[in-house]
Amino acid sequence: MTVKVSMTVNGKPAAAEVEERTLLVTFIRESLRLTGTHVGCDTAQCGACTVHVNGQAMKSCNMLAMQAEGKSITTIEGIAAADGTLHPMQEAFRQNHGLQCGFCTPGMVMSAIDMLNHYPDPDEATIRAELDGNLCRCTGYHNIVKSIQAAAKTMG
Amino acid sequence: MYAFRYQTASSAADAASRLAAHEDAKLLAGGQTMIASMKLRLASPSDLIDLAGAADLHGITVDAKGVTLGAMSRHAEVARSADVQKAIPVLAKLAGGIGDRMVRNMGTMGGSVANNDPAADYPAAVLGLNATVNTTTCSIAADDFFLGMYETALQPGEIITSISFPIAKRAAYMKFKNPASRYAMVGVLVAQLADGSVRVAVTGAGPVVFRVAAMEKALEASFTPAAVASIKVPAEGLNSDIHAQADYRAHLITVMAKRAVEAALA
Repeated sequence: MTVKVSMTVNGKPAAAEVEERTLLVTFIRESLRLTGTHVGCDTAQCGACTVHVNGQAMKSCNMLAMQAEGKSITTIEGIAAADGTLHPMQEAFRQNHGLQCGFCTPGMVMSAIDMLNHYPDPDEATIRAELDGNLCRCTGYHNIVKSIQAAAKTMG
Repeated sequence: MYAFRYQTASSAADAASRLAAHEDAKLLAGGQTMIASMKLRLASPSDLIDLAGAADLHGITVDAKGVTLGAMSRHAEVARSADVQKAIPVLAKLAGGIGDRMVRNMGTMGGSVANNDPAADYPAAVLGLNATVNTTTCSIAADDFFLGMYETALQPGEIITSISFPIAKRAAYMKFKNPASRYAMVGVLVAQLADGSVRVAVTGAGPVVFRVAAMEKALEASFTPAAVASIKVPAEGLNSDIHAQADYRAHLITVMAKRAVEAALA
């Protein structure tokens, strides 16, 4: 059975006819072809699939597209300015070499933005604790933490 | 994941009637265990009934007696609630330590308690704070609710609507996390209740959350870390797996209980 799912993605209406078992990440990547949201572990551990649902970071591999019906989704493609200027968090990752292979980066950036929404000026321990749900297999955590600290200054 | 029919419930009663209509229907709360289990084909419901739209399952109410959490209260919501932080700080802290921040934005209190994972945090709060589980058919005391591994007193078709946690004099929760999964290898909630009685609830160590009577008695006589420091819990019946042997978990219970008493007094 297929169902119609519709939501707002990066400010624009998006809809598709999907199987009921379709995951949100599958809808984003395959129906909308927004492939910046990654599937890493596919078991809700690594956080590479993190997107914002109504402004809150969630793991899109661990929820159904239907659970996001009618909601507002932001993906990594939706955070830079219209003229291409990077989001301050993206810029901070760039300036601080906050990525190595880059696979975890979209999830790290989306998770970090949500983190700063709740902790505008986090100390290092808070950043590390709150980054619990994002794994970097390059183990490049030091620069990721530095990036988030730098972004907290520019975004604050 | 096997195919299923997706349904939405508008209220707890609507969910109950939808559940009754299909023998193999399951409820979807936050889905942080359910969706993962379905992806692994450990669960294959014919119908999945999403509770997110059931308004009567949402909401946090705090009064002089305690805190009542609607079954669909997200962990992040409980953790951030200033009212919960003030009334029962341990509850907000425990909710804020579940999974990770993305999981906390989705996962629900009712889902966690109904699933009764042996390593889940919430069962320790329900049992340790002597909470009452309210369902679509009745109210169940915490001592009667958790029956075994993934097994509760809920009858087929019965849905948790809310849980009422009475205000405690002091309480703290300490967990030793599995360094990979972050699940509680051992979690101990120690609470001195309003009437002065003490509860020590242990999660992660055995097949189901349980109380430690010897520690409770000792803490009722003297609510100090020293009172529990020498009380050993038998390793028999505790979980043994690649992460920890039963005797190690038994040892951790005493260590976590001592730290929880210290934190409750701080």
